[in-house]
Amino acid sequence: MSKPKLVLIGNGMAGVRTLEELLKLAPGKYDITVFGAEPHPNYNRILLSPVLAGEKTLDDIVLNDDAWYTGHGITLHKGKKVVAIDRVRRCVRTEDGTVAGYDRLLLATGSTPFILPVPGRDLEGVVGFRDIRDVERMLEASEKHRYAVVIGGGLLGLEAANGLKKRGMNVTVVHLLDTLMERQLDKPAAGLLQRALENSGLNFKLEAQTEALLGEGRVRAVRFKDGSEIPADLVVMAVGIRPNIELAKAAGIHCERGILVSDTMQTFDPQVYAVGECVQHRGELFGLVAPLFEQAKVCANHLAEFGIARYQGSVTSTKLKVTGIDLFSAGEYQGGPGCEELLFQDPSRGVYKKLVVRDNKVTGAVLYGDTVDGAWYFQMMRDGTDISAFREHILFGQAHMGDSGHGAESHAVRLAEDAEVCGCNGVCKKTIVDAIIQKKLFTLDEVRTHTKASASCGSCTGLVEQILQSTLGSDYSVSPAKKPLCKCTDLTHEEVREAARTQGLKTIPELMGALGWRTPDGCHTCRPALNYYLLCQWPDEYRDDPQSRFINERVHANIQKDGTYSVVPRIWGGVTNPRELRAIADVAEKFQVPCVKITGGQRIDLLGVPKARLPAIWAELGKHGLVSGHAYGKSLRTVKTCVGKEWCRFGTQDSTTLGIELEKMTWGSWTPAKVKMAVSGCPRNCAEATIKDFGVVAVDSGWELHVGGNGGVKVRATDFLCKVQTDEDVMEYAAAYLQLYREEARYLERTAHWIERVGLPYVHSRLVDDAEGRKALCARFLASQRKAQTDPWAERAQGAEKHEFEPLTPQERNNHACIA
Amino acid sequence: MNSWTPIASLEDIPRQGARIVATPEGAIAVFRTLDDRVFALLDRCPHKGGPLSEGIVHGARVTCPLHNWVIELDSGQAVAPDEGCVRRFPVRIEDGMVAIVLPDTLVGT
Repeated sequence: MSKPKLVLIGNGMAGVRTLEELLKLAPGKYDITVFGAEPHPNYNRILLSPVLAGEKTLDDIVLNDDAWYTGHGITLHKGKKVVAIDRVRRCVRTEDGTVAGYDRLLLATGSTPFILPVPGRDLEGVVGFRDIRDVERMLEASEKHRYAVVIGGGLLGLEAANGLKKRGMNVTVVHLLDTLMERQLDKPAAGLLQRALENSGLNFKLEAQTEALLGEGRVRAVRFKDGSEIPADLVVMAVGIRPNIELAKAAGIHCERGILVSDTMQTFDPQVYAVGECVQHRGELFGLVAPLFEQAKVCANHLAEFGIARYQGSVTSTKLKVTGIDLFSAGEYQGGPGCEELLFQDPSRGVYKKLVVRDNKVTGAVLYGDTVDGAWYFQMMRDGTDISAFREHILFGQAHMGDSGHGAESHAVRLAEDAEVCGCNGVCKKTIVDAIIQKKLFTLDEVRTHTKASASCGSCTGLVEQILQSTLGSDYSVSPAKKPLCKCTDLTHEEVREAARTQGLKTIPELMGALGWRTPDGCHTCRPALNYYLLCQWPDEYRDDPQSRFINERVHANIQKDGTYSVVPRIWGGVTNPRELRAIADVAEKFQVPCVKITGGQRIDLLGVPKARLPAIWAELGKHGLVSGHAYGKSLRTVKTCVGKEWCRFGTQDSTTLGIELEKMTWGSWTPAKVKMAVSGCPRNCAEATIKDFGVVAVDSGWELHVGGNGGVKVRATDFLCKVQTDEDVMEYAAAYLQLYREEARYLERTAHWIERVGLPYVHSRLVDDAEGRKALCARFLASQRKAQTDPWAERAQGAEKHEFEPLTPQERNNHACIA
Repeated sequence: MNSWTPIASLEDIPRQGARIVATPEGAIAVFRTLDDRVFALLDRCPHKGGPLSEGIVHGARVTCPLHNWVIELDSGQAVAPDEGCVRRFPVRIEDGMVAIVLPDTLVGT
């Protein structure tokens, strides 16, 4: 049976990107034919400016060469312009009469430069700035002629002007308005930009309306409405682009300014898809690459018949590709009613920064002269990060935030070339940067595939993304704000949890089936997450799936580098006695445990136990009343305490007893990531409660509650939540806080990262402002604990999951014919 | 000459899981996928020797529990970007029993 046919019209970035995404999802699903009007392979149009400026060659910017098309069995027609689409017979026809039938048609016809309707527009030497041909014509002119005029003081016009100046021409930029790049910059930033460009040798004529281009045969001068004239041997029109919709229109596909598409990138004819600059989506047109790539991803998803992705618009950012000028803008940079503006100006350094803030969230940014933090601000915009906690420092940039408060984010730009980024795979920054440039990588996944960075534990993912952004410029920041749970789905953590809750999905197979998982049984990333989400949502009904748990939780011990395990008995609040110590010592001796160590959390670790001996060692410990310390789990680990008022001459409260009570209440609870607590008996804080997920510090009049601390990879001090009076209050708050975290954080997200994402005010509003809500959360926590508090060691010592611990033995056959 | 040695009934190996068989050449991990296919690999990740039998089995792949390398169960090949290969052993199901061809040294003893 022959495969369905997919025809792509337009061999540009959006269309070919869609094919790449499609080939990843469903290779071999279609017979693919591509028509490109240009005689070139697919190239990176964004990099035409550096080619014009002589910083890159044409070869440098080819994205997919002919071999790529051949390798994927794609028929490529270069230099063939499609002139008609027959939607009834489902075929397309080119200028030279080539006909190709389709089952699905993808329009990616891009846009054409807008040419001002002035006399002389047809003269030789008048060009747009759109494709390789335009660049070639400009380069030709720069060799023979002297005066260039660029009409249009936007992003593209300035890039063209910069390139022509570098090629030795005398360049004047003509702009209708009184400020440059008015679609990206506010007035102060535009003024700084203009001055810098003037210093570099560009001329400007603002508030100038072009009336005519003069000359015979070749252009000679530009005349303006006010009667003035300037010489011009080359005129570049960069006043805007126009979606190329003629073909679609002629075929009766509904168009307004662009080809209208739905959230699934389908036109009014469901067989016909469209992506890129030729489309109009929710009233918007597109001229930057990031949204095109997001569209490509969605389109590919539907072409592959997964049918779950939706394009919902993009937040975009801009960077000017003019060497020596640092400029960044994103979002609602102009501000307006309901917005606040945070401003930083240092005229002598030529630095200008503006952040537009609404409801304590960054909604726009303009940076000039120092754009190092562009990627950081942009990330906060897309994540909707609440900035109230660090608002006063935000304009000074991420480097001034100290270590606290920023999760995996860090300063990729300032990182030394030989700095190790990925500890698991030993990848340094230079390797990543080189791969991005040489192998033309655009996305995190591609970087993972080519360098292995972030491919193992993933703790360096944020850093790798930053390196990607800083290497490519923000034009390329294609990692969508919406991050899928893993490669098996396009749904986010939140969407999956929501679906499980509202659709009553109660097993992993049900969930995968209902939500259209791409793989039969997921992967090592999604299965543990789904297992946790179901466990948390349906504490009474869900049956835990051991095969969807990481080995540590499956066998209730910590796997070590040599494949042995470590055993950590629970020691409530860190308080023990000679009997327990003796039991632990005896067990260590009897089982010849190679290493006994006090852990960072005041517990005793027995290291180096072979897996098969685990049930026996647990049985022995169990005899003396010792139970699992869950030191291996995404669960409550320890409650660290100081000696408190019982012994300490400064202690004001009984922190030890409260610590034990807290541990008795919360042990056994599964959580999105590991959880540590601590109780300190006075503000000297000997239990280091202010770097714990939940920290309690005694003061004379009661207890201070602190949340979201972390002593791990990235140290984060807690946020102060509130003060309470009694031990009972502490217990209620702790349970409610843990439950809120359990119900709303993403799997593997520590409380520190969760609080940074949702903001302390949100947590405060749920726990402190809403007493009823707090009590309800607490009640749900306690209800789920009724099933959770069973000692897994005791169960396994009695034979549960026996197969985990016993190897198979080869059986002898009756006839031993083969054994000589 | 090698021979098929029964090691367990299929039910002894958990779906999406593995059991090991100890041999003088090291442990062999015998995997059972969701759709009841069986595979046998040396229980050592080509990366740092992690016990593959303890990994999460998904599709016909297993993820090593030490550093998340993903290994193809049918070929023993590491999935890109990683490179490496782990030794395979012939394995089949006959009459509900899983049988493997053990390394020569064991058969000879």
